[in-house]
Amino acid sequence: MADDAVVVDDLHKHFGSTYALRGVSLTVPAGTVCGLLGPNGAGKTTAVRIVTTLLRADSGRVTVAGHDVTREPDQVRRSLGLAGQAATVDGLLTGVQNLVMIGKLYHLPSKVAKARADELLERFSLTDAGGRIAKEYSGGMRRRLDLAASLVAAPPVLVLDEPTTGLDPHARAETWDVIEELVRAGTTLLLTTQYLEEADRLADQIVVVDHGEVVADGTPAALKAEVGGQRLEVTVVGDPAAARAVLARHGTVTLRDGRLSVDAAGGASRVAEVAAALADAGIEVDDLGLHRPSLDEVFLRLTGHAPTDTNDTADSADVAHTTPTSEEIPV
Amino acid sequence: MSTLDLTLPAGATNPLARLGWAVRDSVTVAGRSLRQIRRVPERLSDVTIQPVMFVLLFAEVFGTAITVPGGGSYHEYLLPGIIAQTTVFGCFGASVSMATDLHEGFVDRLRSLPIARSSIITGRLLAELATASFGLAVTLVVGVIVSWRVHRGVGHTLLGLLVLAVFLIAMTWLGLLIGMLVRSPDAVPGILFPVLFPVTFLANTFVPLKGLPGWLRAVAEWNPVSAVVAATRDEFGNPNPGISSWPLRHALPVSLGWGVGLIVVFGGLALLRWRKVSAG
Ligand SMILES: Nc1ncnc2c1ncn2[C@@H]1O[C@H](COP(=O)(O)OP(=O)(O)OP(=O)(O)O)[C@@H](O)[C@H]1O
Ligand SMILES: [Mg+2]
Repeated sequence: MADDAVVVDDLHKHFGSTYALRGVSLTVPAGTVCGLLGPNGAGKTTAVRIVTTLLRADSGRVTVAGHDVTREPDQVRRSLGLAGQAATVDGLLTGVQNLVMIGKLYHLPSKVAKARADELLERFSLTDAGGRIAKEYSGGMRRRLDLAASLVAAPPVLVLDEPTTGLDPHARAETWDVIEELVRAGTTLLLTTQYLEEADRLADQIVVVDHGEVVADGTPAALKAEVGGQRLEVTVVGDPAAARAVLARHGTVTLRDGRLSVDAAGGASRVAEVAAALADAGIEVDDLGLHRPSLDEVFLRLTGHAPTDTNDTADSADVAHTTPTSEEIPV
Repeated sequence: MSTLDLTLPAGATNPLARLGWAVRDSVTVAGRSLRQIRRVPERLSDVTIQPVMFVLLFAEVFGTAITVPGGGSYHEYLLPGIIAQTTVFGCFGASVSMATDLHEGFVDRLRSLPIARSSIITGRLLAELATASFGLAVTLVVGVIVSWRVHRGVGHTLLGLLVLAVFLIAMTWLGLLIGMLVRSPDAVPGILFPVLFPVTFLANTFVPLKGLPGWLRAVAEWNPVSAVVAATRDEFGNPNPGISSWPLRHALPVSLGWGVGLIVVFGGLALLRWRKVSAG
């Protein structure tokens, strides 16, 4: 389909005994943003490398802008820009030299390559650093230069592997602005991230992968809804049993970390109602409020990992595996 | 957003045009490597300061102790040896740069671009050859300063340089091959030094082979480096004693044969390896 910029169908890839991808499929309609979300080792980079022709899949099919990655890799490379997880600019060349070289390799006329380099450096607030070698850049500047490098030929499809990892909040916000601007202008974006906030803000569609498999797929709103709507949470002083009885009138009550929670479809009016009922029953309330599930919770529930427990040791991985589901004790 | 015309030129449709682009891309990739040298001039030290230091040290220190059998200047005897040694060590720089580009993901950046993948490796080859040629030129100039001369005219001098060029290409391919086999650039010295030192020293590079015990002498005489050194000494008209054995009496064809053979072997293996590495 011409309207789908990226189609990934049943992708499998293994490295020795490690199965990095076990049947991943996703479709990114042209002009939209797909966020590939997953914990460390989920297979995000592997998928990105296959989509960008850097790695061959064991099986499965990928098309980019209508071109098959194995049969027409050159057509695919002409249609996409890639900023990998590790910045791949040449540390010994200046910012300008890096971008001009890439322009030349796209066979742009030298004048155009030079003008494009200046334009991109300006866009990423790197104009002043353009004459310095990239090795002297800060990590954030290097990532921005890498992103600029992926945009040299203004490709219709952009693939970004964790584009804001390691950026300070200011640089991250700036990168988001650039990305949003590109998307408004019609660029299709496939982006991997471990930051749910990032996926929530940028993506039209989120694909959650874990251990090489898609565990959920949908709009950010749909994913949040899948985990449940907003809940009313109450912490009481002393034994929660009495409070549980009061809350049970509104649905199934769960107790987690000393906090009771119940479905709160009624919103604010439900809060007032429950507060009054608890006061009537003479229960001393420590804390009471509405809680909307965050994407973090969605992520945690779906994968059993905290989303940002990077470099996790065996210990923290164990902790992360204890999902809220298994901790929630129906009262 | 951009006011520039960023339409990419149409891809090459015929083999000749494809070759044209591949050559142009190789030059672009090579230009990038050469541009790096301006930033890190130390990189040139392998091919300049080191041979120059060898010329000066050997000439002044050994030169007083060693008399060239059959007469002649030790400086003139020495220089072809130093050049051959530098040529062999050229594979060191090539493997470090290749390994670094792979390791740091720069090769991935290039592979994501619509260029002939072969131009990534031929570009690297061109850059290494250019660097080595520059080093060779510097060494020859210093040689002339310490009174090294050629004596057999332009034709033979060019033949001598041809022998060196062929051998240099073979050693550069070997370097690229090693660079693609190691896990990281740090591993290169550990692998290459134990091989390169014996190969350059167990030869007629710095001292005549006459004094070596029989079996060692046979090894040294059949060492391709000895043939290269003997051939260049011959062609430059520099002292070339102790060429009683067959390979050294026919040093020119033997050295060219070694050179071409090694280019085929190392180049072939390197291209095979590159195919595997670049296929992903
Ligand atoms: N070249 C390789 N050789 C061996 N195993 C690999 C290779 N590349 C990836 N893997 C393995 O495949 C799995 C998926 O890795 P991948 O890099 O795709 O994960 P990721 O989702 O990008 O993780 P991260 O968030 O840490 O970047 C991991 O178990 C990883 O160890
Ligand atoms: Mg990754």
